[in-house]
Formats: sequence, C-alpha cells, structure tokens
Amino acid sequence: MSTLLRKIVMAATGLFLCFFLLIHCLGNTQLFMEPEQARLSFNAYSHFLTGNPLVKLISYVLYTSIIGHAVYALLITAKNKTAGGIYKKDNRGRASKWYSRNMGVLGTVVLIFLVLHFQNFWYVYKFGEIGIDANGNKDLYTVVVTAFQQLWLVIIYVTAMIALCYHLIHGIASSVRTLGLFHPKFVRWVHAFGVAYSVLICGGFAAMPVFIYITNLNS
Amino acid sequence: MKLHLKIWRQKNRKAQGKLVNYTLENVNPHMSFLEMLDTLNEQLIQNKEEPVEFDHDCREGICGQCGVVINGNAHGPLENTTTCQLHMREFKDGETVLIEPFRAKGFPVKKDLKVDRSAFDRIISAGGYVSVNTGQAPEANSIPVSHAIAEAAFDSAACIGCGACVATCKNGSAALFTSAKITQLAILPQSQEERKERALNMIAQMDKEGFGHCSNTEACEVECPQGISVLNIARMNYEYNRASFLKFKK
Repeated sequence: MSTLLRKIVMAATGLFLCFFLLIHCLGNTQLFMEPEQARLSFNAYSHFLTGNPLVKLISYVLYTSIIGHAVYALLITAKNKTAGGIYKKDNRGRASKWYSRNMGVLGTVVLIFLVLHFQNFWYVYKFGEIGIDANGNKDLYTVVVTAFQQLWLVIIYVTAMIALCYHLIHGIASSVRTLGLFHPKFVRWVHAFGVAYSVLICGGFAAMPVFIYITNLNS
Repeated sequence: MKLHLKIWRQKNRKAQGKLVNYTLENVNPHMSFLEMLDTLNEQLIQNKEEPVEFDHDCREGICGQCGVVINGNAHGPLENTTTCQLHMREFKDGETVLIEPFRAKGFPVKKDLKVDRSAFDRIISAGGYVSVNTGQAPEANSIPVSHAIAEAAFDSAACIGCGACVATCKNGSAALFTSAKITQLAILPQSQEERKERALNMIAQMDKEGFGHCSNTEACEVECPQGISVLNIARMNYEYNRASFLKFKK
C-alpha cells in the first residue's frame, strides 16, 4: 500500500468522524433546554438513535472509522519514526505548528477520552442500570446530569475538547490536501472553514458539561 | 571573529559517528558558510588531520549540492537559503555552531557531512522526464503554452533537489521534492502522454526509497531554498488519485 493511499484512508475516516461530530453536537444541544423538557426530548432522541436500522448501520461505519483511523495512524507513525532523522540539536520546530507535529499525541488523548466517554454514557445506556422517564424511555439525561456534577469529569471533558479542537484544525486542512485540493484560493477557504468548524464543534461540546455543572451547583 | 564548531565526523556509512569540537580564529564575517569550512579544512590539513568532507558545487545557490544542518536547521538560521548563500555575519563572535549532515532513512551518511542523495536521482529516473523522438529539434512554438502555465510550471521546476525538505521533515518525507517534479510536468501540454504513469511510478519509487509519509506540517516550504509551495504536494495527491482512478479505464 503506497504512503499516499494510507493517508487517503486517514483523510476519509477523519472527515467522516468530523461529519459525525457535527450531528452528535447538534443532537446534544437539547441538553441546553429547560431541565424537564430536556429530559423528555433528550431521552426520546437517544431512544430513536438506538432503534433506527439506518442509524445502526451508520454506527457500524462509525466504529470502523474510529478503529481504522487509529490503526492507520499507528502504521503511518511507525514508518515515519524510522524514516525521519534524529538530530543532536533540533530547531526544526520553528518551521511548523506544534499541533501539526503532534497529531499522534493529540489523537491519543482523544482516543483515551473516547474510552472514558463510552464508559460514562454508551456502556451505561446499553448495559448499565438506568431509570425510565415519564414517556417510558431510558433516562440517559439523568445519567448525563449526574456525571457532570463532578468537577474532575468536567475538567477532563473540557481538556479533551481542547485537544480535539487542535486535532481537527490540522486534520481538516490536511485531509482535504491529501484528497488533492491544490487551488490556493480554495485551500485558504477550507483552512478558514476548518478552524471555524473545529472551534464551534469543540466549543459546543465543552459548553455542555460546563453548563450542566454550573446550573446544578445549588442542587 | 572566533567560532566554536561542533562537527559531525563519521568515517563511512557503517561507522558510528560523533561530534568533534574545533575552534576557528579569524573568521571573516563576509565569508560564506562553505568558505568558513574551507578555512577549517586548511587548518586541519596543515595540522596533518583529515579534512571535513562536505558536498558543494556552484556556490551560487542554484545547484542544490550543498546542504548541512546548522544549529538544528537545514541550511542554517536563514529561511529559504542554501548553505553556500549563508554568510558568517549571521553568527555572533564566540558562538558555538553545531553542524550535522542531513538525516533521514532515505539519505544515508556517506562520510562526515556528506549524504547519499541518489534516491532523488532514482525518483527522477522513474518518470521525471518527457519522452520525445530523437532527430531535429522540434519547432518551439508549435505547441502553445500560456504565460500563466509556463510561470506555474517554472515555479515548481525551481526545485534544486538539495534535500532540505527531507532533512526538515520530522517524517523524512520526500513529498515536496517528488511533488514539485511531478507538478512541473503535469501542467505542461508536452508531457500529457505520460502523465498517469509518471505520477504512479515516481510515487512508487519515492516509497521504495524508504521516505516517510507527508503529514502536511508545511515545515519543508519554510526551509526550502527556493520556497517551493506545499500546494505542489496537494497537486501530487490529486495526480495520484486521478491516475489511480483512470488506470482502470483503459
């Protein structure tokens, strides 16, 4: 497999994950509603997502993308480590952005966060003990609100979103380049779009635990 | 001015190298970096020591032969310069200057500061040419080339093949070099016949030489003496995708 083809796999899976993040973020904005309304609405939404066969299919693509993105990142990094030179004095960092050079580290942070995130909500929803709301749906909302009353968890989530944001800023611009967009004007546009997209999505996600933590401070 | 030099000395490809300290008095600030190394070598020869080997040729910044890593940067502290066009006025009196060869898996060290960059020649041989029938030189204006296309092709063709991009890349990737060579031909009308094969063959050869993946950090463009744009790499990716797709539609 050529080096370029491996990068195309990274770009394609990465862009799919970016698209998923948008849907995930938009869906979760229901958490910002009035608590009682948010409970019914968010739980109904969660129930819809688990029951729908099309969503099920997309979820398998999602799991495959996450695993594929991580596995190819390992393959690519392993080769890059042996191909690149090591200097006694290294000042090469002046020529590039720190987050561009450390996509592997940022990605690892995001992956570790994902394990925690799945364990916090996905595992509890599927296999854990969970209450039922007024409409008979599993009460994921309460699980979320209870979880985010712990300050340490809020801090972990916000930190992970900062890492994700930098990962996306490089990832979006880089993936489009890997797919072959070379026109200087459109490359500039995509870069600007990528920064805005990353900041909005990650800012939105980070606002959720912070919002829930603050609104539940007195309860 | 006086300089403390730490220079990588390595007997041959297999040998273990090490940094050796030298002190050089009376360095003229108007000397080029290579003239400073010449001065050191004269001193070494007079002391019956072995001179430091390094590559150089035109010393005008256009041949791409010279190139070492100076204080951790390919071609030294100035951006977009070759080592021969770097002058000692960029350094301070009494400064310690660390000189290492270009390092990457695709560029094995031959001796001291000299590296084997023949991988680049093999990438060119794999497709960086236009096949024409021999005989009379064809009429130059029979194939019209617009000014914009000619300029764009020349921007890519300005690559002198020095290898600073590989030395600067944390992944030891030759993407900037290979992409510049692919792009300069991909956009000219004379070279359309071999466009697909050229892209696929040159990229295959690049991989075979053991260069790493491009991760779009864009460091190569900053250190490139010719300021070759990283958008050449995007163009190479486009050419690769196009060729991979079209090769099934013969």
